[in-house]
Amino acid sequence: MQIKPILAALRRHKAGTILIALQIALTLAIVCNALFIVHERVERVSRPTGMNEANVVAVQNLYVGAPSTYLPLIKTDLQAIRSMPGVEDAYATNSFPLRRGGWSTSAQRTADATKDGVQSALYFADEHALATLGVKLIAGRNFTSSEISSINREQQPAPPQVIITKAMADKLFPEGNALGKTIYYIKGRPSTIIGIVEKLTVPWISTDFTDNVTIMPLTFDGGYQTFVIRTKPGQQDAVFKSVADKLYGVSRMRVLPEKSGVRTFEMVRQKAYEADRGMAVLMSVVCGVLLAITAAGIVGLSSFWVGQRRRQIGVRRALGASKRDILSYFMTENLLIAVAGVAVGVILALGMNQWMLTQFEMERLSMTYLIVGVVILLALGQAAVFAPALRASRVPPVEATRSV
Amino acid sequence: MFSYYLQLGLRSLRRNPMLTALMVMAIGFGVAASMTTYSVFRATSRDPIPQKSDVLYNIQIDNWGPENTKEGEPPPALSYKDATALLRANKAKRQTVTYPVGVSVIPEDPSRMPMRQGAYATGADFFPMFDVPFLQGQGWTRDDDEKHADVIVISKSLNDKLFNGGPSVGKQVNLDGHLFRITGVMKDWSPQPVFFDVPNTSGFNEGATVYVPLTRALDLRLPNNGNNNCIKDPGEGWDNYLRSECIWLSLWAELPSKADAQAYRDFLTGYAAEMQRSGRFSWAPNVRVRDVMDWLSVQKVVPRESQVSLLVSLGFLVICLVNTIGLLLAKFMRRAPEIGVRRALGASRRDIYAQFLIEAGTIGVAGGLLGLLLTGLGVLSVGLVFPEEVARLATLDPTLMLLTLTVAIVASVVAAFYPTWRAAQVQPAWQLKSN
Repeated sequence: MQIKPILAALRRHKAGTILIALQIALTLAIVCNALFIVHERVERVSRPTGMNEANVVAVQNLYVGAPSTYLPLIKTDLQAIRSMPGVEDAYATNSFPLRRGGWSTSAQRTADATKDGVQSALYFADEHALATLGVKLIAGRNFTSSEISSINREQQPAPPQVIITKAMADKLFPEGNALGKTIYYIKGRPSTIIGIVEKLTVPWISTDFTDNVTIMPLTFDGGYQTFVIRTKPGQQDAVFKSVADKLYGVSRMRVLPEKSGVRTFEMVRQKAYEADRGMAVLMSVVCGVLLAITAAGIVGLSSFWVGQRRRQIGVRRALGASKRDILSYFMTENLLIAVAGVAVGVILALGMNQWMLTQFEMERLSMTYLIVGVVILLALGQAAVFAPALRASRVPPVEATRSV
Repeated sequence: MFSYYLQLGLRSLRRNPMLTALMVMAIGFGVAASMTTYSVFRATSRDPIPQKSDVLYNIQIDNWGPENTKEGEPPPALSYKDATALLRANKAKRQTVTYPVGVSVIPEDPSRMPMRQGAYATGADFFPMFDVPFLQGQGWTRDDDEKHADVIVISKSLNDKLFNGGPSVGKQVNLDGHLFRITGVMKDWSPQPVFFDVPNTSGFNEGATVYVPLTRALDLRLPNNGNNNCIKDPGEGWDNYLRSECIWLSLWAELPSKADAQAYRDFLTGYAAEMQRSGRFSWAPNVRVRDVMDWLSVQKVVPRESQVSLLVSLGFLVICLVNTIGLLLAKFMRRAPEIGVRRALGASRRDIYAQFLIEAGTIGVAGGLLGLLLTGLGVLSVGLVFPEEVARLATLDPTLMLLTLTVAIVASVVAAFYPTWRAAQVQPAWQLKSN
């Protein structure tokens, strides 16, 4: 295939050529970045929490009134929940993964450290927590019931024993022997690491310490309580429906918020990643429509060129060019334009990503996406031009003798 | 002439329905995507209190120092110490300190469940400052603030729930076991973005239903239901908390003129300088007095998602336009012989311009109508992409409808300029000869 005559012909169709190339360039820039946003979001949405998420129901409960202590209320409620037929285990806490609200603090290796420690989320728990969440203890032991104490909202959480996640243990003790070590959440109050769990994530969906969690053997003596419940397999729906009535049956002096009172863990996950999923869907739709419109544009312009050059095609055919030659002429022509467009598009895509990087704290565009985008657009161009090129190849040689 | 060109245009569009449909769809999709995302952007970037946004100021003071703040921006809220000191100084026409609290309303009827309500603890000035409209009664007085009175203002929705919308001023409501007397019932009032409480809401919420005096709320030690940020351990107990450098209160001031605002800024700098002299701050005064729109923009109230999707869809519209330029070029140039004949028969270049721009305009109108339909669908499904608090603010109002049509028509006429110019350049002699 000779490229020179194609270039010569394109020089006579500057406007059309530039328009197609420009369209391909812009489409590549937007599709790359949009697909990258989709990737970023999907990656977040599918991030595991370290929990066994099936058969979990979470209840956010707020006691009404101001008793001197909430501990008896919490105890009665937990007993009531644990006695429900479908319930396997339950505990009371301040927060859990994907709840999007909770406590965090930093842990230090030394008693009087002043520099930044390792930031972690704090989950209050009792000896039932690990089984209820379904997290895997990979070293050490669980809490015992005698280790569970309480704090009120004016006290600082720093119990003598803690269980932490492996990610956090590795951050604190890169040499890798965290179990049994002492760390400090509050100056001068030591906590011993008695257990390490494989993985558990923080309540928030965008932090830079996603896997750093401390589980503390504490009950929070306050009006806000979250009950996390593990149901027996197949009993999740039954528990989900009846737990509110059960609690109101114990006492009506409580509020279970309408939207976030009783939720299955699927609902928690759904809510937490609502915006991410929406953004991924929106960007996918935009990509799809954009590619369709670009393809349609190429079909339109190529058809026009074929129509315009029927006579020349006829002449070439009469002079001995085969159908294949004509077909490959138009395909190559499109490929040349697309390559030019893609070259500009790569620069635009990188520029756009660079700008979004500074404006919206996005990640850097990965080369894979750029390559995928380039391949998609080149293939799209070839596919779009195929039908008009085929039509061109069917122009009979006799066309050369006809006037338009 | 216009109707003749219109007829010609329509005929030409009918002659090539596929190409026409393609252009109409490109314009329609492009405009709809831009307008849908613009509707969200407009809702999130609007002025929540246009009549007063330039006289209401958020007050910030740096009590954390350069080590604990980013790029010299003072913390977004105030400590109790600073908030009360500034309130006491009384240097503004009106001022109020606010923090969010959560309260439970316990209905008198024992068969009804307690109801959790979003609430704010604030001062008497809150209501006149923010032009809060009242259905019944009014806000409490500064005197009530002084006396730490058990008074509240409730929203229409809570009044509907508790009193079936009937008169309730003077009646009592049980909040977590304490009785409060209602002084007023607000109309549905929930400015969005919630400019007076951005740090705790990221700008959007469903609005509070109960307002209690700050003085009383502090007596009752109603816990802060919003963010509480400390740079060091405040120590145990409420009194230590109030003495700490933890930030959790917001202060707003009404300053009717630029001179007042400057005077307040000077006063605030003086206050911070005094703190520096007394040894509390070891850094130079660093204060901000920002009006509503300035505050909203610094707090980045417009969601990142909204900006990114608006940008992407504007890019989308540009691509649709490039596409339309290409298609129009193909369409117009195919009619070179016809143009040649018209020019030979005496049509001027102006006439050619008029004819083709009108044809493009009709594509714009059709694209605009399609765009309007799609924008309607888009606005309805905004909830799939954006959080509920934001999504409910996006609406398809007459302004947006008009804008959709205008953008579609302007866009397609702009897209038609180059193809039309090319069409007008057609040399009649050459066209006639080759035929």
